[in-house]
Amino acid sequence: MELLLLILIGVFYATGIFMMLRRSMVKLLIGIILLGNGANLLIFLLGGITRGKPPIIPEAEKALTGAYADPVPQALILTAIVISFGLQSFAIVLLKRVHVLIQSDDLNDLNTPDTSI
Amino acid sequence: MLIAVLLGFVFAPLWNLLGRWIKGSFSWLPALLPAGLFLYFASLYPVTQNGPLLTSTPWIPSMGVNLDFRLDGLSLLFALLITGIGTGVFIYASYYLKGHRHLDRFFAYISFFMASMLGVVLADNLLLLIIFWELTSISSYFLIGFDHEAAKSRRNALQALVITGLGGFLLLAGFVLIGTVAESFSIAQLLGTAGSLQNHPLYGWMLALVCAGAFTKSAQFPFHFWLPGAMAAPTPVSAYLHSATMVKAGVYLLARFTPMLGGTDYWQYTLISFGGITMLYSAFHAMHRKDLKEILAYSTVAALGMLVFLLGIGTQQALLAAGVFILTHALYKATLFLVAGMLDHETGTRHIEKLRGLRKVMWPVAIAGGIAALSSAGVPLTYGFIGKDLIYDATLKAINWPWVLTAVALVTNILVLYAGFQAGIRPFTGPLPDHHRTLHLPNARLWLPACVLALLCLAFGILPALTNGLAGAVASAIANTPVDAHLAIWHGFNTVLALSGLTLLAGFLLYGWFAPPEGKLQQRWEHLSPESLYRKAGQGFTWFAGKYTRLLHNGNLRSYVFSIITFIILLLGTKILTGVHLYFDRRAVVGGLRLYDVVIFVVTLAAIWKSISTNSRITAVASLGVVGYCICLLFVIYSAPDLAMTQFTIDTLTVVLFVLVLFRLPRFLRINDKLWQDGILAALFGGLISLIALGALNEPTTKETSEFYAENAYLLAKGKNIVNVMLVDFRGFDTMIEITVLSIAALGVYSLMKLRISSDNKE
Repeated sequence: MELLLLILIGVFYATGIFMMLRRSMVKLLIGIILLGNGANLLIFLLGGITRGKPPIIPEAEKALTGAYADPVPQALILTAIVISFGLQSFAIVLLKRVHVLIQSDDLNDLNTPDTSI
Repeated sequence: MLIAVLLGFVFAPLWNLLGRWIKGSFSWLPALLPAGLFLYFASLYPVTQNGPLLTSTPWIPSMGVNLDFRLDGLSLLFALLITGIGTGVFIYASYYLKGHRHLDRFFAYISFFMASMLGVVLADNLLLLIIFWELTSISSYFLIGFDHEAAKSRRNALQALVITGLGGFLLLAGFVLIGTVAESFSIAQLLGTAGSLQNHPLYGWMLALVCAGAFTKSAQFPFHFWLPGAMAAPTPVSAYLHSATMVKAGVYLLARFTPMLGGTDYWQYTLISFGGITMLYSAFHAMHRKDLKEILAYSTVAALGMLVFLLGIGTQQALLAAGVFILTHALYKATLFLVAGMLDHETGTRHIEKLRGLRKVMWPVAIAGGIAALSSAGVPLTYGFIGKDLIYDATLKAINWPWVLTAVALVTNILVLYAGFQAGIRPFTGPLPDHHRTLHLPNARLWLPACVLALLCLAFGILPALTNGLAGAVASAIANTPVDAHLAIWHGFNTVLALSGLTLLAGFLLYGWFAPPEGKLQQRWEHLSPESLYRKAGQGFTWFAGKYTRLLHNGNLRSYVFSIITFIILLLGTKILTGVHLYFDRRAVVGGLRLYDVVIFVVTLAAIWKSISTNSRITAVASLGVVGYCICLLFVIYSAPDLAMTQFTIDTLTVVLFVLVLFRLPRFLRINDKLWQDGILAALFGGLISLIALGALNEPTTKETSEFYAENAYLLAKGKNIVNVMLVDFRGFDTMIEITVLSIAALGVYSLMKLRISSDNKE
């Protein structure tokens, strides 16, 4: 399965960058989201993947023993997902605002700080 | 002595604070500062006869930089010139710039400059010297650009700063080199070990760097052009900085380093050739100028060349001649500048064709100008005669090619005489034009300093023995061995006298019969002069910077991303391909593949493809939702239930937000330029990340941190879901900050939504 994930991560990064290089602002946003997903999966994969052993201590025991999924990358990813949501929602609204103001979805129209707002 | 040096820095802001009085009737007040300092240094004269005076105050002892000051004959001469001429210039300026709205500022700058200049000539520590050296450049920048509303002033000030700043930078490198080699930054100690530097393998570098500093500061060819440009400054500044003091800092430096670096062939040839070329070139130019201050500027450059030339010859006679000539030149050239300033101030023009017969309306000025011109010509009974005698004496007794050097000095002196007469005598002779009849004698504060200086030219000329002590002390300090000076008017009939006579005769003839065509020289050769080359270099640099900036900083977001990614690919790619051992562990990487893994994989790929290829935004967003849910499934399968829940929630929210906010926007732009270029770059980047991930997977991992949490989650924090416990308990503070970040994002979103900029306000 690691092989498939490796490929998937590569595809996420590639498509993310590709979309960030498009002229449309909406596509830029899609690129950012794809890139974020790729990064999350990368951390997940590098922490080592384990099937069916969540890091939850069973009812009767006081510590986790045996094989279990690594909780550290999971905690990191959880934080990353939430933060990227903050970023995405801000970007979506910002994009909407820019679009309302300059009536364009084209990044090439934004290539000077002097574009009047 | 420390206080004496720093006093100017203290008073500089004070003049500004007292601005109202300075601009009022107390404009003479600042002149008390240089006058007091002059008396102080004059009183130290007997002390220095017994050897240098040293004071030391710790400043940065850990780096060997202390406020060490040292007063010997050479320093004393300069200190007296700086404060003495300073007094005259301060008095002069108080009237010259009377009513100027920045008079207080002027005195602040010039006090600042005076203090820096005193620091340069008194500092015993090389690093201290360079600090003061740069301060003179900076204060000179402000003084040249004093008339800051004129573009020419600003440009010339910048030009002077660039040239002298460049030299200062090279000089600093030279000092560091010397200090490292000699293991001391103290001039006194370096003088003690004189002779060891000349044999060091890096001697050539030291010489080149020190000369670069000195030549730029003292306006030697081809760096001379900033000095005529600096004439944009008010005349008191020109008289003070650009004839008597600052430009001589380079000469001071060379004189100071004569015992340490001098005496070699390299030293001799460098200084003689630079000095010689400078004096001929600028004396020739001085003859072709018609503007009073330009004539004086070029003849100053010629005098500076003469000084460098004499230091290069390096015999005792030459060093004595240099010492005397510093004083001679300062006296007559400052006078000529002051006279030129008065003419400009009274008549409003500096063009020598328009200035005639002015002796009839301002006779004291005429006397001062006349004496100074005679002194610059070297007429007997003026101090210039003594100086000229010593120069010929030095060139005739030079070790190599005495006749060539004498000829160069002779030609320069003839041309300088011409320039001096043009500036000091010509405006006062001949008939007075009608439109100048209304003129009257300016205020005594203007002509008195010039007259005092002119009288000194005369007094020292008649009684040269008065300066024996000082001249001897200067020459001794330069040579680092005792030198006796016996200055006299009459040495009997000899070659020197004949040369002096020849100079005068040829000079008078030239003045009487020759009128060079105006401006012809400049027009023909202007495009080859160092100044225009400097300009072109400056323009070229600006052009290059502009192109470069527009290329990289073009405001186009996509090209930024493109160049950043390209750079990362090159950097990481090189490292991965050359430094990391990549291998493919088939069992670990491929093992345990199930059917549903493959299904999820294929669905994700299809959804990604759809999201990037579709032209409908709704389809793209929906595909993104599918991608998110697939990741969610992966999390479920691979033991991360918390992640799955979070991903599910967030993904749903994002899709909803996207649709809500964007549904009314137009369709995607259909423009898809640079498709292949971007596609290849993106594919390379994705592949690279996969390779890095593979490399990282192959590395063994440690699980210490995870084990700690697994063992202690329940024991310490009473929670069974380890991920939850980590977030809210062990790393609770991080989570709080994360919440803060989200709140800020929420605030941003809210205010962007509420922000109402109507379409009328868009412009």
